[in-house]
Amino acid sequence: MAHMTPTPVLEPGQDRTMILNMGPQHPSTHGVLRVLLEIDGETVVRLMPDIGYLHTGIEKTCEAKFYQQVVPLTDRIDYLCPMTNNLCYVLAVEKLLGLEIPPKAQWLRVLLNEMTRINSHLVWLGTHAMDIGAMTVFLYCFREREEILKMFEMVSGQRMMTSYFRVGGIALEPPLGFFDRVRDFAGYFPEKVDEYENLLTGNPIWLMRTKGVARMTAEDAIGLGATGPTLRGSGVDFDLRRDMPYSSYEKFQFKVPVSQEGDVFARYMCRVQELRESIGIVRQALDGMPEGPIKADAPHVVLPDREKMKTQMESLIYHFKIITEGFAVPAGEVYQAIESPRGEMGYYIVSDGTAKPYRVHMRAACFANLQTLATMCEGRLLADVVAAIGSIDIVLGEIDR
Amino acid sequence: MPQAPAITDLEQLKNHPAVARLSAWNAAAIQGVKFDRDEMTIYVERGSIREACALLREDAACPFNFLSDITCVDWYPNEPRFEVIYHLLSMSKKERVRLKVRLESSSTAVESLTSIWPGANYFEREVFDLFGIRFTGHPYLRRILMPEDWEGYPLRKDYPVEGYR
Repeated sequence: MAHMTPTPVLEPGQDRTMILNMGPQHPSTHGVLRVLLEIDGETVVRLMPDIGYLHTGIEKTCEAKFYQQVVPLTDRIDYLCPMTNNLCYVLAVEKLLGLEIPPKAQWLRVLLNEMTRINSHLVWLGTHAMDIGAMTVFLYCFREREEILKMFEMVSGQRMMTSYFRVGGIALEPPLGFFDRVRDFAGYFPEKVDEYENLLTGNPIWLMRTKGVARMTAEDAIGLGATGPTLRGSGVDFDLRRDMPYSSYEKFQFKVPVSQEGDVFARYMCRVQELRESIGIVRQALDGMPEGPIKADAPHVVLPDREKMKTQMESLIYHFKIITEGFAVPAGEVYQAIESPRGEMGYYIVSDGTAKPYRVHMRAACFANLQTLATMCEGRLLADVVAAIGSIDIVLGEIDR
Repeated sequence: MPQAPAITDLEQLKNHPAVARLSAWNAAAIQGVKFDRDEMTIYVERGSIREACALLREDAACPFNFLSDITCVDWYPNEPRFEVIYHLLSMSKKERVRLKVRLESSSTAVESLTSIWPGANYFEREVFDLFGIRFTGHPYLRRILMPEDWEGYPLRKDYPVEGYR
């Protein structure tokens, strides 16, 4: 294991600086991020993230799987927002196939995506606040997250690795009582956001730890490839849901929160306001949920219902063929990007006309966002590094893939 | 579902902002174009990629100011073997374009974009790490995901999925 040896090595620049190793097992690095810091007293002179500890070669694995077998792999990239990863992948394959998705499936996808965004932001808020020293928020956030995970379990049978979306639609109709439970949650959730904000937004300790800390300008953010709240916290008004809509997001009304300051507090405000916007989208999706099928009419791609499969010969044949041979996808290439809770999640898929993808590349939002860390922290205090890492909301599974 | 066939005729696509800008600058740099599934692909001559990106970034009509992604595809055993793929995004015009550079397996080097977008740094390191493409002018071209002493380039097609045992 080369990772046992301390590489890459930073040479101390002057006699007065020293090298400090942070992570990979440090609790505030959200997984296994290793950061090499050159410090002069308490000031960070240079910062270098070292990643790759969670690399599992998912992109290579995808090349050996049928298209439908890749869906469960996508959950495992970013374990905090499985549904957005599922969505991005299936959208890309559907674009390759030229499939038309029924409206109900699209709206359910939007609904679950916003639930996923709330789930992910709650984990971020809890852990970020705990990093900076506010313990209570963590417990509050995980209380609501638990309810979301239970709802995920209702629809997909899994709390985290949902794999609920399929190429051509979604796996199953949501069970009875699911929509009532979501409506109930959407009713009381805004009050809970008020609770979090009461604990943090006006809290003088929180303000001292976040305001003016780890600043980044809009030019730096764009140049470094930052997306999502990390970008919008620096005053760039860009959100793929609104600007390049997918899965019928154009039919929903929502605001895109933007903050101008570019510090930790600005990114915090963006995400907290996104929690409120997301629950608004969930409510709209519940109210306007169309009726109709949840799977596209494409028997060679979409698995038939169990009932049909057991009673109709043709469905049984299709089922057998999809499971054993997969489905062929016309040759070509697509890049499909969506707004994941962390920013632009993109799938670049190349098909050579067979049932297995020739190449799957995942453009991970965190991978690019992590590059901003050095810009944010160099010249700042050592303690601010923890706040900065929390504020870009990294998930190492997505970075290392 | 029947798909519209891909358009590969440069004449038909010359109104696309990126194609128009690049052909006005240096028509020889464009080796081919493709419009497929609503996505625009431009094959750029390998020596011109950095200048082409710099031009597209500063274009007044449609500035492709954001580098979304850099990746690579290995077409082993065909030649040219590698395609390095750049996805650019215009935030103001909400437009995407894909630039491609073809590389022979005998000389897998292309100019780095880090001087235009510092964010190209990690993407290029990833492509170097997994495909062995060299980016000239990159400030720190080291392995990023694989261990430092790893041998071979895992995402190449002649590298077994299970790895070497």
